[in-house]
Amino acid sequence: MTRRTIKVDQLARVEGEGALHAQVIDGKVEHVELNIFEPPRFFEAFLQGRDFREAPDITARICGICPVAYQMSSVHAMEAACGVTVGGALRDLRRLLYCGEWIESHVLHIYMLHAPDFLGYEGAVDMARDHAALLQRGLRMKKAGNAIITVIGGREVHPVNVRVGGFYRLPERRELTALHDELNWGRDAALETVQWAAGLPFPDFERDYELVALRPADEYPLNEGRIVSNKGIDTDAAGFEDIFEEIHVAHSTALHGNTKARGAYLVGPLARYSLNFDRLPESVQAAAMEAGLGRECRNPFKSIVVRAVEVLFAFDEALRIIDRYERPAEPSVPVEPRAASGQWATEAPRGLLYHRYDIAADGSIRVAKIVPPTSQNQPSVEEDLRDVIAANLALDDDALRGRCEQTIRNYDPCISCATHFLKLNVRREGGGETCDAS
Amino acid sequence: MRRLVIGIGNSDRGDDGAGLAAARELARNIPQVVTVVESRGEPAGLIDQWQKADVVFLVDACASGVAPGTIHRFDARLAPLPEHFGAVSTHGFGIGAAVELARAIGSLPASLIVYGIEAGSFEPGAWLSPPVAKAALDVAARIADELACLST
Repeated sequence: MTRRTIKVDQLARVEGEGALHAQVIDGKVEHVELNIFEPPRFFEAFLQGRDFREAPDITARICGICPVAYQMSSVHAMEAACGVTVGGALRDLRRLLYCGEWIESHVLHIYMLHAPDFLGYEGAVDMARDHAALLQRGLRMKKAGNAIITVIGGREVHPVNVRVGGFYRLPERRELTALHDELNWGRDAALETVQWAAGLPFPDFERDYELVALRPADEYPLNEGRIVSNKGIDTDAAGFEDIFEEIHVAHSTALHGNTKARGAYLVGPLARYSLNFDRLPESVQAAAMEAGLGRECRNPFKSIVVRAVEVLFAFDEALRIIDRYERPAEPSVPVEPRAASGQWATEAPRGLLYHRYDIAADGSIRVAKIVPPTSQNQPSVEEDLRDVIAANLALDDDALRGRCEQTIRNYDPCISCATHFLKLNVRREGGGETCDAS
Repeated sequence: MRRLVIGIGNSDRGDDGAGLAAARELARNIPQVVTVVESRGEPAGLIDQWQKADVVFLVDACASGVAPGTIHRFDARLAPLPEHFGAVSTHGFGIGAAVELARAIGSLPASLIVYGIEAGSFEPGAWLSPPVAKAALDVAARIADELACLST
Protein backbone atom coordinates (compact mmCIF):
# COMPACT_ATOMS: atom_id res chain seq x y z
CA MET A 1 0.00 0.00 0.00
CA THR A 2 1.36 3.41 -0.89
CA ARG A 3 0.34 6.50 0.94
CA ARG A 4 0.56 10.00 -0.39
CA THR A 5 0.21 13.04 1.84
CA ILE A 6 -0.46 16.54 0.69
CA LYS A 7 -0.37 19.22 3.31
CA VAL A 8 -1.20 22.90 3.12
CA ASP A 9 -0.64 24.65 6.42
CA GLN A 10 -2.21 27.86 5.31
CA LEU A 11 -4.86 28.15 2.70
CA ALA A 12 -4.78 31.74 1.61
CA ARG A 13 -7.63 33.80 0.29
CA VAL A 14 -10.42 32.78 2.64
CA GLU A 15 -11.58 34.56 5.76
CA GLY A 16 -11.31 32.65 9.00
CA GLU A 17 -9.77 29.56 10.49
CA GLY A 18 -10.66 26.17 9.18
CA ALA A 19 -9.47 22.90 7.74
CA LEU A 20 -10.64 20.31 5.30
CA HIS A 21 -10.84 16.62 6.06
CA ALA A 22 -11.75 14.17 3.33
CA GLN A 23 -11.41 10.41 2.90
CA VAL A 24 -11.57 8.45 -0.30
CA ILE A 25 -11.58 4.68 0.02
CA ASP A 26 -11.53 2.36 -2.97
CA GLY A 27 -12.19 5.29 -5.26
CA LYS A 28 -15.24 6.37 -3.30
CA VAL A 29 -15.43 9.61 -1.31
CA GLU A 30 -16.39 8.35 2.12
CA HIS A 31 -16.08 11.42 4.24
CA VAL A 32 -15.77 15.18 3.80
CA GLU A 33 -15.64 17.68 6.61
CA LEU A 34 -15.01 21.38 6.47
CA ASN A 35 -13.59 21.84 9.97
CA ILE A 36 -14.04 25.29 11.36
CA PHE A 37 -12.05 25.62 14.54
CA GLU A 38 -12.20 29.34 15.01
CA PRO A 39 -13.39 30.06 18.55
CA PRO A 40 -17.07 30.99 18.89
CA ARG A 41 -17.48 34.71 19.34
CA PHE A 42 -20.60 34.92 21.53
CA PHE A 43 -22.09 37.98 19.88
CA GLU A 44 -25.62 36.74 20.44
CA ALA A 45 -24.91 36.30 24.14
CA PHE A 46 -23.45 39.70 24.76
CA LEU A 47 -26.23 41.45 22.88
CA GLN A 48 -28.55 40.29 25.67
CA GLY A 49 -29.42 43.15 27.97
CA ARG A 50 -28.12 45.82 25.58
CA ASP A 51 -30.38 48.53 24.26
CA PHE A 52 -32.11 47.77 20.96
CA ARG A 53 -30.48 50.83 19.39
CA GLU A 54 -27.02 49.39 19.99
CA ALA A 55 -27.53 46.33 17.78
CA PRO A 56 -26.33 47.87 14.47
CA ASP A 57 -23.04 49.08 15.94
CA ILE A 58 -22.37 45.92 17.94
CA THR A 59 -23.22 43.48 15.15
CA ALA A 60 -21.22 45.50 12.59
CA ARG A 61 -18.18 44.30 14.49
CA ILE A 62 -18.86 40.71 13.49
CA CYS A 63 -17.37 41.33 10.07
CA GLY A 64 -14.83 43.78 8.70
CA ILE A 65 -15.82 43.08 5.11
CA CYS A 66 -19.60 43.06 5.42
CA PRO A 67 -20.47 45.27 8.41
CA VAL A 68 -23.23 46.97 6.41
CA ALA A 69 -25.02 43.64 6.05
CA TYR A 70 -25.09 43.22 9.83
CA GLN A 71 -26.25 46.78 10.30
CA MET A 72 -28.99 46.40 7.73
CA SER A 73 -30.34 43.11 9.04
CA SER A 74 -30.30 44.41 12.62
CA VAL A 75 -32.00 47.77 12.02
CA HIS A 76 -34.71 46.20 9.90
CA ALA A 77 -35.32 43.47 12.49
CA MET A 78 -35.59 46.10 15.23
CA GLU A 79 -37.93 48.20 13.12
CA ALA A 80 -40.03 45.10 12.43
CA ALA A 81 -40.23 44.46 16.17
CA CYS A 82 -41.29 48.06 16.80
CA GLY A 83 -43.76 48.20 13.93
CA VAL A 84 -41.90 50.84 11.92
CA THR A 85 -41.27 50.91 8.18
CA VAL A 86 -38.57 53.16 6.76
CA GLY A 87 -39.30 54.28 3.20
CA GLY A 88 -38.54 56.95 0.65
CA ALA A 89 -35.09 58.47 0.41
CA LEU A 90 -33.94 56.80 3.64
CA ARG A 91 -34.75 53.43 2.13
CA ASP A 92 -32.85 54.41 -1.02
CA LEU A 93 -29.82 55.48 1.01
CA ARG A 94 -29.79 52.11 2.73
CA ARG A 95 -29.80 50.42 -0.66
CA LEU A 96 -27.01 52.70 -1.80
CA LEU A 97 -24.91 51.89 1.26
CA TYR A 98 -25.42 48.19 0.60
CA CYS A 99 -24.37 48.69 -3.04
CA GLY A 100 -21.10 50.12 -1.73
CA GLU A 101 -20.54 47.01 0.35
CA TRP A 102 -21.37 44.64 -2.48
CA ILE A 103 -18.91 46.44 -4.74
CA GLU A 104 -16.17 46.46 -2.13
CA SER A 105 -16.64 42.85 -1.06
CA HIS A 106 -17.28 41.30 -4.48
CA VAL A 107 -14.44 43.16 -6.20
CA LEU A 108 -12.01 42.11 -3.50
CA HIS A 109 -13.01 38.51 -3.98
CA ILE A 110 -13.12 38.58 -7.76
CA TYR A 111 -9.76 40.22 -8.35
CA MET A 112 -7.64 39.41 -5.35
CA LEU A 113 -8.94 36.16 -3.92
CA HIS A 114 -10.63 34.16 -6.68
CA ALA A 115 -9.06 35.18 -9.99
CA PRO A 116 -5.65 33.68 -9.13
CA ASP A 117 -7.33 30.24 -9.00
CA PHE A 118 -8.45 30.52 -12.60
CA LEU A 119 -5.28 32.09 -13.95
CA GLY A 120 -2.89 29.73 -12.21
CA TYR A 121 -1.26 31.98 -9.64
CA GLU A 122 -0.51 31.52 -5.97
CA GLY A 123 -2.16 34.80 -5.14
CA ALA A 124 -2.91 38.35 -6.20
CA VAL A 125 0.70 39.49 -5.88
CA ASP A 126 1.96 36.86 -8.33
CA MET A 127 -0.95 37.60 -10.60
CA ALA A 128 -0.26 41.34 -10.47
CA ARG A 129 3.21 40.87 -11.92
CA ASP A 130 1.64 39.62 -15.16
CA HIS A 131 -1.71 41.40 -14.97
CA ALA A 132 -0.97 44.81 -13.49
CA ALA A 133 -3.72 46.60 -15.41
CA LEU A 134 -6.28 44.06 -14.24
CA LEU A 135 -5.37 44.54 -10.58
CA GLN A 136 -5.30 48.30 -10.97
CA ARG A 137 -8.82 48.17 -12.36
CA GLY A 138 -9.95 46.01 -9.44
CA LEU A 139 -8.40 48.27 -6.83
CA ARG A 140 -10.00 51.35 -8.37
CA MET A 141 -13.40 49.66 -8.49
CA LYS A 142 -13.09 48.63 -4.87
CA LYS A 143 -12.19 52.17 -3.94
CA ALA A 144 -15.38 53.40 -5.59
CA GLY A 145 -17.36 51.06 -3.34
CA ASN A 146 -15.43 52.25 -0.31
CA ALA A 147 -16.24 55.86 -1.24
CA ILE A 148 -19.97 55.16 -1.09
CA ILE A 149 -19.61 53.62 2.36
CA THR A 150 -17.47 56.52 3.57
CA VAL A 151 -19.97 59.15 2.41
CA ILE A 152 -23.06 57.44 3.81
CA GLY A 153 -21.57 55.38 6.63
CA GLY A 154 -19.10 57.93 7.94
CA ARG A 155 -16.04 55.76 7.40
CA GLU A 156 -14.93 52.83 5.24
CA VAL A 157 -14.74 50.09 7.83
CA HIS A 158 -17.41 49.53 10.47
CA PRO A 159 -19.51 52.53 9.43
CA VAL A 160 -20.93 54.54 12.31
CA ASN A 161 -23.82 56.43 10.73
CA VAL A 162 -26.52 53.75 10.67
CA ARG A 163 -29.23 53.81 13.30
CA VAL A 164 -32.53 52.13 13.98
CA GLY A 165 -34.97 54.32 12.06
CA GLY A 166 -32.50 55.64 9.50
CA PHE A 167 -29.22 57.51 9.87
CA TYR A 168 -27.60 59.98 12.25
CA ARG A 169 -26.55 62.35 9.49
CA LEU A 170 -27.75 62.59 5.92
CA PRO A 171 -25.38 63.31 3.06
CA GLU A 172 -25.88 66.52 1.14
CA ARG A 173 -26.87 66.06 -2.47
CA ARG A 174 -23.51 67.44 -3.60
CA GLU A 175 -21.67 64.78 -1.55
CA LEU A 176 -23.42 62.07 -3.53
CA THR A 177 -23.18 63.75 -6.92
CA ALA A 178 -19.43 64.06 -6.29
CA LEU A 179 -19.33 60.25 -6.56
CA HIS A 180 -21.10 60.22 -9.91
CA ASP A 181 -18.17 60.29 -12.33
CA GLU A 182 -16.21 57.60 -10.56
CA LEU A 183 -19.28 55.37 -10.29
CA ASN A 184 -19.91 55.91 -13.97
CA TRP A 185 -16.37 54.75 -14.66
CA GLY A 186 -17.02 51.88 -12.27
CA ARG A 187 -20.06 50.76 -14.22
CA ASP A 188 -18.00 50.57 -17.41
CA ALA A 189 -15.24 48.76 -15.54
CA ALA A 190 -17.80 46.34 -14.12
CA LEU A 191 -19.05 45.53 -17.61
CA GLU A 192 -15.46 44.84 -18.65
CA THR A 193 -15.12 42.68 -15.56
CA VAL A 194 -18.15 40.60 -16.56
CA GLN A 195 -16.72 40.11 -20.04
CA TRP A 196 -13.28 39.23 -18.71
CA ALA A 197 -14.63 36.82 -16.07
CA ALA A 198 -16.76 35.07 -18.70
CA GLY A 199 -13.57 34.09 -20.53
CA LEU A 200 -12.00 32.28 -17.58
CA PRO A 201 -11.70 28.48 -17.73
CA PHE A 202 -14.52 26.82 -15.77
CA PRO A 203 -14.69 23.18 -14.72
CA ASP A 204 -17.78 21.48 -16.08
CA PHE A 205 -19.58 21.08 -12.77
CA GLU A 206 -23.16 21.66 -11.66
CA ARG A 207 -25.23 20.55 -8.72
CA ASP A 208 -28.94 20.46 -8.08
CA TYR A 209 -28.87 22.98 -5.25
CA GLU A 210 -31.81 24.21 -3.29
CA LEU A 211 -31.22 27.88 -4.02
CA VAL A 212 -32.44 30.27 -1.32
CA ALA A 213 -32.57 34.05 -1.62
CA LEU A 214 -34.73 37.06 -1.02
CA ARG A 215 -37.14 37.95 -3.78
CA PRO A 216 -38.60 41.46 -3.65
CA ALA A 217 -41.65 42.55 -5.60
CA ASP A 218 -39.93 44.69 -8.18
CA GLU A 219 -36.19 45.06 -7.64
CA TYR A 220 -33.01 43.02 -7.23
CA PRO A 221 -32.76 41.98 -3.57
CA LEU A 222 -30.70 43.88 -1.01
CA ASN A 223 -32.69 44.86 2.07
CA GLU A 224 -36.03 43.16 1.68
CA GLY A 225 -38.10 40.54 -0.03
CA ARG A 226 -39.70 37.21 0.67
CA ILE A 227 -37.40 34.29 1.34
CA VAL A 228 -37.90 31.91 -1.56
CA SER A 229 -36.28 28.80 -3.00
CA ASN A 230 -36.42 26.89 -6.26
CA LYS A 231 -37.90 23.97 -4.30
CA GLY A 232 -40.97 25.62 -2.94
CA ILE A 233 -39.98 27.80 -0.01
CA ASP A 234 -41.85 31.10 0.06
CA THR A 235 -42.00 32.83 3.41
CA ASP A 236 -41.50 36.13 5.13
CA ALA A 237 -38.63 36.45 7.60
CA ALA A 238 -40.95 35.60 10.49
CA GLY A 239 -41.22 32.09 9.06
CA PHE A 240 -37.47 31.53 8.69
CA GLU A 241 -37.01 29.49 11.83
CA ASP A 242 -39.97 27.25 10.95
CA ILE A 243 -38.26 26.21 7.73
CA PHE A 244 -34.55 26.40 8.46
CA GLU A 245 -32.53 25.07 11.35
CA GLU A 246 -29.00 25.33 12.60
CA ILE A 247 -27.32 22.23 13.91
CA HIS A 248 -24.09 21.78 15.76
CA VAL A 249 -21.63 19.31 14.31
CA ALA A 250 -18.57 18.14 16.17
CA HIS A 251 -16.08 19.21 13.55
CA SER A 252 -17.10 22.85 13.37
CA THR A 253 -17.47 25.72 15.79
CA ALA A 254 -19.81 27.34 13.28
CA LEU A 255 -23.35 26.00 13.16
CA HIS A 256 -24.52 24.21 10.03
CA GLY A 257 -27.62 25.53 8.31
CA ASN A 258 -30.15 23.14 6.80
CA THR A 259 -33.72 23.22 5.65
CA LYS A 260 -35.68 21.06 8.05
CA ALA A 261 -37.27 19.24 5.14
CA ARG A 262 -34.44 18.72 2.69
CA GLY A 263 -31.04 19.46 4.23
CA ALA A 264 -28.34 21.50 2.55
CA TYR A 265 -29.17 24.65 0.65
CA LEU A 266 -27.27 27.40 -1.10
CA VAL A 267 -27.36 31.12 -0.42
CA GLY A 268 -25.33 33.82 -2.12
CA PRO A 269 -24.74 35.15 -5.62
CA LEU A 270 -25.79 32.01 -7.53
CA ALA A 271 -29.05 31.77 -5.60
CA ARG A 272 -29.82 35.48 -5.79
CA TYR A 273 -29.12 35.62 -9.49
CA SER A 274 -31.00 32.46 -10.41
CA LEU A 275 -34.06 33.41 -8.38
CA ASN A 276 -34.08 37.08 -9.40
CA PHE A 277 -32.78 37.29 -12.97
CA ASP A 278 -36.00 39.01 -13.98
CA ARG A 279 -35.41 41.64 -11.30
CA LEU A 280 -32.15 42.86 -12.87
CA PRO A 281 -32.18 45.92 -15.13
CA GLU A 282 -32.35 44.99 -18.81
CA SER A 283 -28.80 46.20 -19.49
CA VAL A 284 -27.45 43.97 -16.72
CA GLN A 285 -29.50 41.01 -17.96
CA ALA A 286 -28.04 41.56 -21.42
CA ALA A 287 -24.48 41.62 -20.06
CA ALA A 288 -25.14 38.39 -18.17
CA MET A 289 -26.58 36.66 -21.22
CA GLU A 290 -23.65 37.82 -23.34
CA ALA A 291 -21.37 36.34 -20.71
CA GLY A 292 -23.09 33.01 -21.32
CA LEU A 293 -24.70 32.70 -17.92
CA GLY A 294 -28.28 32.01 -18.90
CA ARG A 295 -31.12 32.91 -16.56
CA GLU A 296 -29.91 30.45 -13.94
CA CYS A 297 -26.45 29.37 -12.90
CA ARG A 298 -25.68 26.23 -10.91
CA ASN A 299 -21.97 25.98 -11.59
CA PRO A 300 -20.33 27.27 -8.38
CA PHE A 301 -17.08 27.96 -10.23
CA LYS A 302 -18.99 30.52 -12.30
CA SER A 303 -19.84 32.43 -9.14
CA ILE A 304 -17.01 34.78 -10.16
CA VAL A 305 -19.04 35.78 -13.23
CA VAL A 306 -22.22 36.14 -11.21
CA ARG A 307 -20.40 38.34 -8.70
CA ALA A 308 -19.21 40.48 -11.59
CA VAL A 309 -22.80 40.78 -12.82
CA GLU A 310 -23.86 41.82 -9.32
CA VAL A 311 -21.10 44.41 -9.23
CA LEU A 312 -22.43 45.79 -12.51
CA PHE A 313 -25.89 45.89 -10.97
CA ALA A 314 -24.57 47.61 -7.84
CA PHE A 315 -22.86 50.38 -9.81
CA ASP A 316 -25.99 50.79 -11.91
CA GLU A 317 -28.25 50.93 -8.88
CA ALA A 318 -25.93 53.31 -7.04
CA LEU A 319 -26.00 55.73 -9.97
CA ARG A 320 -29.78 55.48 -10.20
CA ILE A 321 -30.18 56.32 -6.52
CA ILE A 322 -27.64 59.14 -6.56
CA ASP A 323 -29.15 60.77 -9.62
CA ARG A 324 -32.58 61.08 -8.02
CA TYR A 325 -31.51 61.78 -4.44
CA GLU A 326 -33.19 64.65 -2.63
CA ARG A 327 -32.11 65.11 0.95
CA PRO A 328 -35.02 64.31 3.27
CA ALA A 329 -35.98 66.71 6.05
CA GLU A 330 -35.13 64.26 8.82
CA PRO A 331 -32.32 61.70 8.98
CA SER A 332 -34.44 59.10 10.73
CA VAL A 333 -37.95 58.23 11.76
CA PRO A 334 -38.81 57.81 15.44
CA VAL A 335 -38.78 54.23 16.72
CA GLU A 336 -40.25 53.51 20.12
CA PRO A 337 -39.52 50.13 21.67
CA ARG A 338 -42.21 47.69 22.66
CA ALA A 339 -42.17 44.14 23.92
CA ALA A 340 -41.98 42.22 20.68
CA SER A 341 -39.96 39.96 18.45
CA GLY A 342 -38.57 41.18 15.14
CA GLN A 343 -37.15 39.03 12.34
CA TRP A 344 -35.47 40.19 9.17
CA ALA A 345 -33.16 38.97 6.43
CA THR A 346 -31.06 40.96 4.00
CA GLU A 347 -28.67 39.89 1.28
CA ALA A 348 -25.08 40.10 2.48
CA PRO A 349 -22.54 39.75 -0.33
CA ARG A 350 -22.19 36.06 0.62
CA GLY A 351 -25.92 35.46 0.94
CA LEU A 352 -28.91 35.62 3.23
CA LEU A 353 -28.23 37.12 6.66
CA TYR A 354 -31.04 36.49 9.15
CA HIS A 355 -31.47 38.32 12.46
CA ARG A 356 -34.08 37.89 15.17
CA TYR A 357 -34.36 40.02 18.29
CA ASP A 358 -36.77 39.62 21.15
CA ILE A 359 -36.91 42.94 22.99
CA ALA A 360 -38.58 44.07 26.17
CA ALA A 361 -40.88 47.08 26.56
CA ASP A 362 -37.92 49.16 27.75
CA GLY A 363 -36.00 48.32 24.57
CA SER A 364 -33.52 45.93 26.16
CA ILE A 365 -32.60 42.92 24.06
CA ARG A 366 -33.78 39.64 25.58
CA VAL A 367 -32.75 37.26 22.81
CA ALA A 368 -30.63 37.72 19.71
CA LYS A 369 -30.27 35.16 16.95
CA ILE A 370 -27.99 35.69 13.97
CA VAL A 371 -27.69 33.24 11.08
CA PRO A 372 -24.88 34.29 8.72
CA PRO A 373 -24.54 33.06 5.14
CA THR A 374 -21.36 31.07 5.65
CA SER A 375 -23.07 28.90 8.29
CA GLN A 376 -25.90 28.26 5.90
CA ASN A 377 -23.54 27.33 3.10
CA GLN A 378 -21.28 24.98 5.05
CA PRO A 379 -23.19 21.79 4.22
CA SER A 380 -23.22 22.84 0.55
CA VAL A 381 -19.48 23.45 0.59
CA GLU A 382 -19.00 19.91 1.89
CA GLU A 383 -21.32 18.46 -0.73
CA ASP A 384 -19.51 20.39 -3.47
CA LEU A 385 -16.19 19.07 -2.20
CA ARG A 386 -17.51 15.52 -2.15
CA ASP A 387 -18.56 15.74 -5.79
CA VAL A 388 -15.48 17.68 -6.90
CA ILE A 389 -13.14 15.13 -5.33
CA ALA A 390 -15.13 12.24 -6.83
CA ALA A 391 -15.00 13.81 -10.27
CA ASN A 392 -11.29 14.58 -10.09
CA LEU A 393 -9.63 11.53 -8.56
CA ALA A 394 -7.45 11.26 -11.64
CA LEU A 395 -5.75 14.56 -10.80
CA ASP A 396 -2.43 14.46 -9.01
CA ASP A 397 -2.30 15.60 -5.40
CA ASP A 398 -1.33 19.18 -6.11
CA ALA A 399 -4.01 19.64 -8.72
CA LEU A 400 -6.69 17.98 -6.58
CA ARG A 401 -5.75 20.06 -3.57
CA GLY A 402 -5.88 23.19 -5.70
CA ARG A 403 -9.28 22.26 -7.03
CA CYS A 404 -10.55 21.69 -3.46
CA GLU A 405 -9.27 25.09 -2.37
CA GLN A 406 -10.89 26.70 -5.37
CA THR A 407 -14.14 24.91 -4.54
CA ILE A 408 -14.09 26.42 -1.05
CA ARG A 409 -13.21 29.86 -2.40
CA ASN A 410 -16.18 29.69 -4.79
CA TYR A 411 -18.18 30.58 -1.70
CA ASP A 412 -16.04 33.55 -0.64
CA PRO A 413 -16.36 32.02 2.84
CA CYS A 414 -16.24 34.54 5.63
CA ILE A 415 -15.34 32.29 8.52
CA SER A 416 -14.27 35.33 10.44
CA CYS A 417 -12.51 38.58 9.87
CA ALA A 418 -10.04 38.37 12.69
CA THR A 419 -7.57 35.87 11.33
CA HIS A 420 -7.38 33.72 8.32
CA PHE A 421 -5.94 30.39 7.61
CA LEU A 422 -7.16 26.98 6.72
CA LYS A 423 -5.10 23.86 7.07
CA LEU A 424 -5.57 21.31 4.38
CA ASN A 425 -3.94 17.92 4.29
CA VAL A 426 -4.88 15.41 1.67
CA ARG A 427 -3.71 11.90 2.39
CA ARG A 428 -4.22 9.15 -0.10
CA GLU A 429 -3.60 5.50 0.37
CA GLY A 430 -2.89 3.40 -2.66
CA GLY A 431 -4.89 0.23 -3.28
CA GLY A 432 -7.66 1.33 -0.98
CA GLU A 433 -6.85 4.88 -2.15
CA THR A 434 -7.45 7.10 0.85
CA CYS A 435 -7.58 10.83 0.61
CA ASP A 436 -7.33 12.43 3.98
CA ALA A 437 -7.12 16.10 4.61
CA SER A 438 -7.08 17.70 8.01
CA MET B 1 6.73 67.02 -1.27
CA ARG B 2 3.71 65.23 0.21
CA ARG B 3 4.50 63.34 3.39
CA LEU B 4 2.40 60.69 4.97
CA VAL B 5 2.68 58.57 8.07
CA ILE B 6 0.42 55.54 8.28
CA GLY B 7 -0.02 53.80 11.59
CA ILE B 8 -1.40 50.30 11.29
CA GLY B 9 -2.94 48.11 13.94
CA ASN B 10 -5.74 47.47 16.37
CA SER B 11 -5.70 49.32 19.67
CA ASP B 12 -7.91 46.67 21.23
CA ARG B 13 -5.36 43.92 20.74
CA GLY B 14 -2.51 44.77 23.09
CA ASP B 15 0.77 45.43 21.29
CA ASP B 16 -0.98 45.33 17.93
CA GLY B 17 -1.72 49.00 18.65
CA ALA B 18 1.98 49.96 18.49
CA GLY B 19 1.80 51.46 14.99
CA LEU B 20 -1.26 53.49 15.89
CA ALA B 21 0.43 54.77 19.05
CA ALA B 22 3.43 55.97 17.05
CA ALA B 23 1.22 57.67 14.48
CA ARG B 24 -0.85 59.38 17.16
CA GLU B 25 2.29 60.70 18.79
CA LEU B 26 3.39 62.22 15.49
CA ALA B 27 -0.07 63.64 14.86
CA ARG B 28 0.16 65.39 18.24
CA ASN B 29 3.67 66.72 17.74
CA ILE B 30 4.05 67.72 14.09
CA PRO B 31 0.60 67.84 12.49
CA GLN B 32 1.65 70.78 10.31
CA VAL B 33 4.46 68.77 8.70
CA VAL B 34 2.85 65.50 7.95
CA THR B 35 -0.47 63.84 7.32
CA VAL B 36 -1.06 60.99 9.71
CA VAL B 37 -3.63 58.31 9.05
CA GLU B 38 -4.63 55.24 10.98
CA SER B 39 -5.29 52.00 9.20
CA ARG B 40 -6.28 48.44 9.95
CA GLY B 41 -3.87 47.31 7.24
CA GLU B 42 -6.35 46.66 4.46
CA PRO B 43 -4.11 46.54 1.37
CA ALA B 44 -6.28 48.29 -1.21
CA GLY B 45 -6.78 51.16 1.22
CA LEU B 46 -3.06 51.32 1.97
CA ILE B 47 -2.10 51.42 -1.69
CA ASP B 48 -4.66 54.11 -2.29
CA GLN B 49 -3.29 56.15 0.60
CA TRP B 50 0.34 56.01 -0.35
CA GLN B 51 -0.36 56.84 -3.98
CA LYS B 52 -1.24 60.29 -2.71
CA ALA B 53 2.20 60.90 -1.23
CA ASP B 54 5.86 61.05 -2.20
CA VAL B 55 7.34 60.09 1.14
CA VAL B 56 5.54 57.49 3.20
CA PHE B 57 6.36 56.09 6.61
CA LEU B 58 4.43 53.04 7.66
CA VAL B 59 4.47 51.77 11.24
CA ASP B 60 3.12 48.39 12.26
CA ALA B 61 3.56 45.78 14.95
CA CYS B 62 5.42 42.65 13.92
CA ALA B 63 6.32 39.29 15.38
CA SER B 64 9.73 38.02 14.29
CA GLY B 65 10.63 36.34 17.58
CA VAL B 66 13.05 38.91 19.05
CA ALA B 67 12.51 40.89 22.26
CA PRO B 68 9.28 42.93 22.50
CA GLY B 69 9.96 46.58 21.77
CA THR B 70 12.73 45.89 19.26
CA ILE B 71 12.53 48.36 16.40
CA HIS B 72 12.98 47.24 12.80
CA ARG B 73 13.42 49.60 9.87
CA PHE B 74 13.09 48.66 6.20
CA ASP B 75 13.31 50.57 2.96
CA ALA B 76 10.50 48.90 1.01
CA ARG B 77 11.71 50.34 -2.30
CA LEU B 78 14.89 48.30 -2.01
CA ALA B 79 13.57 44.86 -1.09
CA PRO B 80 10.47 42.96 -0.06
CA LEU B 81 9.59 43.04 3.63
CA PRO B 82 10.50 39.99 5.70
CA GLU B 83 7.94 37.23 6.03
CA HIS B 84 6.84 38.13 9.55
CA PHE B 85 5.22 41.29 8.28
CA GLY B 86 2.56 39.20 6.65
CA ALA B 87 1.90 37.01 9.62
CA VAL B 88 -0.36 39.21 11.70
CA SER B 89 -3.08 40.45 9.46
CA THR B 90 -6.59 39.84 8.28
CA HIS B 91 -7.78 38.25 5.06
CA GLY B 92 -4.48 36.88 3.93
CA PHE B 93 -2.99 40.18 2.93
CA GLY B 94 -0.24 41.37 5.17
CA ILE B 95 1.66 44.60 4.78
CA GLY B 96 4.33 42.68 2.90
CA ALA B 97 1.80 41.53 0.32
CA ALA B 98 0.41 45.04 0.00
CA VAL B 99 3.92 46.33 -0.71
CA GLU B 100 4.55 43.63 -3.30
CA LEU B 101 1.17 44.17 -4.92
CA ALA B 102 1.93 47.87 -5.19
CA ARG B 103 5.39 47.12 -6.57
CA ALA B 104 3.91 44.80 -9.20
CA ILE B 105 1.41 47.35 -10.44
CA GLY B 106 3.78 50.30 -10.24
CA SER B 107 2.06 52.00 -7.31
CA LEU B 108 4.83 52.33 -4.76
CA PRO B 109 5.57 55.86 -3.58
CA ALA B 110 8.97 57.43 -4.29
CA SER B 111 9.98 56.60 -0.73
CA LEU B 112 8.40 53.97 1.51
CA ILE B 113 10.02 53.39 4.88
CA VAL B 114 8.48 50.71 7.06
CA TYR B 115 9.03 50.63 10.80
CA GLY B 116 8.20 47.42 12.59
CA ILE B 117 7.79 47.32 16.34
CA GLU B 118 8.25 43.87 17.81
CA ALA B 119 5.13 42.92 19.72
CA GLY B 120 4.95 40.75 22.82
CA SER B 121 1.25 40.12 23.24
CA PHE B 122 -1.87 40.50 21.15
CA GLU B 123 -4.24 39.93 24.05
CA PRO B 124 -7.71 41.36 23.41
CA GLY B 125 -8.46 44.39 25.53
CA ALA B 126 -4.88 44.78 26.82
CA TRP B 127 -2.82 47.98 26.83
CA LEU B 128 0.50 48.28 25.06
CA SER B 129 3.17 46.50 27.08
CA PRO B 130 5.75 48.92 28.57
CA PRO B 131 8.63 48.11 26.18
CA VAL B 132 6.34 48.37 23.18
CA ALA B 133 4.83 51.65 24.38
CA LYS B 134 8.34 53.07 24.73
CA ALA B 135 9.32 51.75 21.30
CA ALA B 136 6.28 53.46 19.77
CA LEU B 137 7.46 56.80 21.16
CA ASP B 138 11.00 56.09 19.95
CA VAL B 139 9.75 55.32 16.44
CA ALA B 140 7.73 58.53 16.42
CA ALA B 141 10.87 60.44 17.35
CA ARG B 142 12.93 58.69 14.68
CA ILE B 143 10.35 59.44 12.00
CA ALA B 144 10.23 63.07 13.13
CA ASP B 145 14.03 63.17 12.76
CA GLU B 146 13.91 61.63 9.31
CA LEU B 147 11.24 64.11 8.23
CA ALA B 148 13.35 66.98 9.60
CA CYS B 149 16.33 65.75 7.58
CA LEU B 150 14.19 65.70 4.44
CA SER B 151 13.29 69.32 5.05
CA THR B 152 16.86 70.56 5.28
